[in-house]
Amino acid sequence: MNTLLLIEQILNGLQFGVMLFLMAAGLTLIFGVMGLINLAHGSLYMIGAFAAAAVAGWTGNFFLALIASLVAAAIVGALVELTIIRRLYARDHLEQVLATFALILIFSEATRWIFGSFPLFLNVPEVLKGSITLPGGIQYSLYRLTIIGIGLAVAVGLFLLISKTRVGMRIRAGENDREMIAALGVDISVLYTMVFALGAALAGLSGALVGAIQSVEVGMGEPVLILAFVVIVIGGIGSIKGAFAGAILVGLTDTLGRTMLPLVFGSFMEASAATTVGSALASMLIYILMAGVLLFKPTGLFGAT
Amino acid sequence: MISTKAKLTLKALGTVTAVALAMASPTLADGHGGKVKVGLITTLTGGGAGLGVDIRDGFMLAIGQSGNENIEVVIEDDQRKPDVAVQLADKMIQSEKVDIMTGIVWSNLAMAVAPATTAQGKFYISANAGPAQLAGKGCHENYFNVAWQNDNLHEAAGAYATQAGYKNSFILAPNYPAGKDALTGYKRMFEGTPSGELYTKLGQTDYAAEIAQIRASDADSVYFFLPGGMGISFLKQYADSGIDLPVVGPAFSFDQGILQAVGEAALGVKNTSQWNKDLDNAANKAFVETFQAEFGRLPSLYASQGFDTANLILSAMAKADVKDADAFRAALKEADFESVRGDFKFGNNHHPIQNIYVREVIKEGDVYTNKIISTGLTAHQDVYAAECKM
Repeated sequence: MNTLLLIEQILNGLQFGVMLFLMAAGLTLIFGVMGLINLAHGSLYMIGAFAAAAVAGWTGNFFLALIASLVAAAIVGALVELTIIRRLYARDHLEQVLATFALILIFSEATRWIFGSFPLFLNVPEVLKGSITLPGGIQYSLYRLTIIGIGLAVAVGLFLLISKTRVGMRIRAGENDREMIAALGVDISVLYTMVFALGAALAGLSGALVGAIQSVEVGMGEPVLILAFVVIVIGGIGSIKGAFAGAILVGLTDTLGRTMLPLVFGSFMEASAATTVGSALASMLIYILMAGVLLFKPTGLFGAT
Repeated sequence: MISTKAKLTLKALGTVTAVALAMASPTLADGHGGKVKVGLITTLTGGGAGLGVDIRDGFMLAIGQSGNENIEVVIEDDQRKPDVAVQLADKMIQSEKVDIMTGIVWSNLAMAVAPATTAQGKFYISANAGPAQLAGKGCHENYFNVAWQNDNLHEAAGAYATQAGYKNSFILAPNYPAGKDALTGYKRMFEGTPSGELYTKLGQTDYAAEIAQIRASDADSVYFFLPGGMGISFLKQYADSGIDLPVVGPAFSFDQGILQAVGEAALGVKNTSQWNKDLDNAANKAFVETFQAEFGRLPSLYASQGFDTANLILSAMAKADVKDADAFRAALKEADFESVRGDFKFGNNHHPIQNIYVREVIKEGDVYTNKIISTGLTAHQDVYAAECKM
């Protein structure tokens, strides 16, 4: 494998990583602040993608579509929090898992009723089509580069929001001591709705960004949800910093594993057997990574001990 | 993801009987009086639901057109999960007491259900999946495949690539039984040497890593088998990558259901299929017309396979009682129905012997669709038939 290809694959891993971060950030915030396991996070990702596809089909403008995805997912997130999720905070995790799993089913079927069983069309906007040449002669997709940029911007924004603003202070306080912050006169239920809507909006944005280069279909959120859970377990549940580190780690491991492992096995095995063994092992790699991290740091890389 | 339980009776779809009469399917007079219960398990929700919905709609269209009241169809949704499919199959055989099972889209699910069904003395008639294991040594007298053996369309694609002068295709498919059959089939008929060969994860949606490898290789063409949403993702990302190597694929990556979602990225791509909507025969014309009238969309090859499967069952019902397994099996084997793909018969292993065509993706008005440009393989039979002791 030459250096150019390696750098391109690292960029691919990075892009996959920041995408996962947008999902995992919401998931980990919701768990950290409210102590809620939200399996329906993947549905919010799907809602973002469908909203974007619908608005893009209607107006032809991709940037309006992105905004629509944020707004739609945030509104649905806030509504779900107000009507259903709110009743789950005091329950144990098993009941939360059951209820949010039911939400997945409801959202999937509702989306199928509205949009049908066939995938929708959502394409990369004209201005971001094609590839550009990076220093060193690497050809890379402009759209994927944009995704990396947006993801990093969101990461910085979230970091500033949490560490520098009053809302962020309340979120951190909420993570540490729920009763005390309520006793100090902060309306904790408004804070919860806000955090949930913020997480939902990030998932929706991620769905819309990815929808343009993948297929927008019912059930697209669940595979990503599983990866997002792996990310927050590796990073340490409740930590935004951990979600970022975990996402990049998982993105790079998965992408590089997929390309390198068949080559590694190919050096001492027959080609087609190497492909089979290599790709089988590559799909296990991130779970092996997760097991390894948990072995040495049971609370995850940045988890509170 | 909800397990939709829907028992559809004939009347639900019995709207187009006039056409059925014109097509004169041989089921009008059921002299045997035997009722047949069919269990149709397919993917109706979640990823890949479009494929299952098409099979179901094609199947029920044929049943509705026949006006035959002696057939009852129980429909269940497998959610593309092998464990769910196995549970549903057990329930259908043991408590619903179905005579025939059909409908499964995916080969890994079919491998979990079909052998268990035939082992319990029931018929399994595949409307899609045709894994190599069930065509060769593992063939069974009660297993029929109306669609194809998995390798078939890929063999035709390999033959086409050779004919088009490609010397070193880059080939990729998902890591599951049908994916392996796909690359094996392509290589069997491709006279060049693949410059690279990749197995991807089933359900994978990001192909950046694979596309980078294609770019770095010295391939002169790309062959891929990625059914459903996987194909949409790959094609969009491939089109965006700026690589302009010609692409060849089986019909699964360019079927009617997904072409609209891929858009112009698919235009001009050559793909291989045993069926297309422009095949010139009376049964096909009536099928395309009535399907469009009933469902408001063009049929895909999956719909055509569902339609043929139902007509095969109906044709056998007209000749024999399903309780007399030997007679019913013989009636199925005759395949005495008007297939929408034209000439059709079963080989010794109960898999089709049929023509496979090369199609090109075109745009008709606002709709992306396929047209046949040549015949890839004539009266083609799968290679595993020789290993089958039937």
